[in-house]
Amino acid sequence: MGIETYIDYLKNYDGPDVTFMEVCGSHTAAIAKSGITKVISPKIHLVSGPGCPVCVSPSGYVDRLIALARQPETTVCTFGDLLRIPGTSESLNEAKGSGASVEMVYSPMDVIALAKEHPDQTYVFGAVGFETTVPVYTVLMEQVESEGITNIQVLTALKVMPPVIRWLCDNGARIDGFIAPGHVSVISGSKHFEALSREYGIPFAVTGFSPKELVVGIYGLLRMWEQRQKLLAEGESLTKNFYPSVVTHDGNVIAQAKVEKYFEPGPAVWRGMGEIADSGLYLRKEYAALDAGSRGLDEDHKINKACRCDQVLMGKITSEECPLFGKVCSPLTPQGACMVSSEGSCYQRFLNR
Amino acid sequence: MVITMAHGSGGAATSELIDEIFAKAFDNTVLNEMEDSAVVEGSARIAMTTDSFVVTPLEYPGGDIGRLAVCGTVNDLLMRGATPKYLTCGYIIQEGTDVELLRRVATSMAETAREAGVTIVAGDTKVIEGNGGIMINTAGVGFVPEGLEISATRIQPGDVVLVSGNLGDHHATILGSRMNITNQIESDNAPLTDMVATLLAHKIPVHCMRDVTRGGLATVLKELSDSSKVTITLEEESLPVSPAVRDFCGLLGLDPLYMGNEGKMIVALPAEAAEEALQLLRGANYGADAVQIGVVTEGIDGHGDLLVRTAIGGMRQLDVLQGEGLPRIC
Repeated sequence: MGIETYIDYLKNYDGPDVTFMEVCGSHTAAIAKSGITKVISPKIHLVSGPGCPVCVSPSGYVDRLIALARQPETTVCTFGDLLRIPGTSESLNEAKGSGASVEMVYSPMDVIALAKEHPDQTYVFGAVGFETTVPVYTVLMEQVESEGITNIQVLTALKVMPPVIRWLCDNGARIDGFIAPGHVSVISGSKHFEALSREYGIPFAVTGFSPKELVVGIYGLLRMWEQRQKLLAEGESLTKNFYPSVVTHDGNVIAQAKVEKYFEPGPAVWRGMGEIADSGLYLRKEYAALDAGSRGLDEDHKINKACRCDQVLMGKITSEECPLFGKVCSPLTPQGACMVSSEGSCYQRFLNR
Repeated sequence: MVITMAHGSGGAATSELIDEIFAKAFDNTVLNEMEDSAVVEGSARIAMTTDSFVVTPLEYPGGDIGRLAVCGTVNDLLMRGATPKYLTCGYIIQEGTDVELLRRVATSMAETAREAGVTIVAGDTKVIEGNGGIMINTAGVGFVPEGLEISATRIQPGDVVLVSGNLGDHHATILGSRMNITNQIESDNAPLTDMVATLLAHKIPVHCMRDVTRGGLATVLKELSDSSKVTITLEEESLPVSPAVRDFCGLLGLDPLYMGNEGKMIVALPAEAAEEALQLLRGANYGADAVQIGVVTEGIDGHGDLLVRTAIGGMRQLDVLQGEGLPRIC
């Protein structure tokens, strides 16, 4: 079938209203940029879930990074997006303006060079991310270990997808299907979502990021949803891989083994949602010396009481339904994390109205 | 040898630096007089502009800060239809700068000025504390022909928008260099002199020209749509991006629409003149990949809009760049 056939099907869909959620920041951006919502039937609702790792990090994590950056002989290094996320009273960028030692880096490996150049300074890497990014941090760990570098630590806010998807299903987010994250699936494999789809009877479509891949993925999701009773009765899986060029059933087992070596699951707080069991990854006890205090950073403070980032992250409201959206809250004056990151749903909604 | 604070003292070391590096590279009769100010021939209408250049790294694939400092200012003059004539340059040099690097930058600047047809008639050097960086300010003067009105406010319904080549090359080069990514991407920094001169020599009725620099095509066109109070609609599939830059952006989650160039421009002109203009651009230096990317219609409720029709037929409304264009995390 040509892409037009898929588009026509989605355009002419006239069944019950369905809500599909993507849980990947890159999908948030790709969907907004594709203009797909203006092409498909208004009965197909696309909502953004907690797919931006920066957006779901609680304020307690940012506060801890700032506290570290204010310690003598300590520099916090992290990615650009994290610099602007509001903590309880300020962001890392604001802290930097008043003397805290903060450096933006493009790769965790940049920290190695800094640490070697300044052996008397301790470098703390603010390591946020999902399954996709964690293997990169294990490469940093390996290098720190093998070269015996003693002045690098990490403060982690690492999270995994299945527990939060389960939490959403259990907590009243009425989702009919998930556009499963393509990048996460490269590492974890499409099998990552099979248990969830079986347990909740909800289809998962592992999908790529180009406009055409999105069309195919959403079409596949809709068809699975329409045929779910039949598929379930026949014992068919409701998880399908529509991104086979890079995603396999089992994922990248080498990367998975590295993650397993350094990290173990534990409870994590998601901004606006609270603590979710086993949804975080923490350095194992053997590597405690590398950890700058990542556990128990639970404080989750709202800078603007009216901010509804939490509802947006759960797909319960669209960005436009937040009373602050586009008024006091814009990319230049973000009131919540969803408006800060380029992967945040409010940021993308603002930019691609 | 490296630059020390003594090179900024105003004494013998300063003179030696100026003689050895700048006077040699920029050599021309006006500058060689070494007077307190340059006295030059003029014109009834002149265009003036200034720009400061801070880039890391100082040298990158396809260019360096010296070439950039000439192109940036020359291109701003050209965009009003001016013929660039004179440049001044102010160097702020951090101590620790390698003198050979400085010589390369000055030489590159001189070559680019020759290519762009401008003379560097005045200059200044300061040395500050630091760690081997160079910052350059240039100011430029150009002559504007009588009766020529090219401006951000003149885009009209019925116009089309052309772009002179591929988007995002400079931005991708700089980001790639900073991230130590090895690839084939080179900066496009270049003077737009030949393309503009060709269009004007053939009396192409250009309404507006703008170089596509920081903020990228989307920011530039959104600002222009606001200034002219028109709706500009782009066709996503016609936007020229090289495969290397497209893949680079895909990996990092960047949007070529918001990535800067230093040797590309957009031209807005009546639709009937578009074909001839495209042929002229494609025959001029740095214009081989010129294409039409969009059309202009009436503005809605007296304000400007920038829209893009996506590859799957969706419509996306674009705003100016918000914050910085940073690579994504996952």
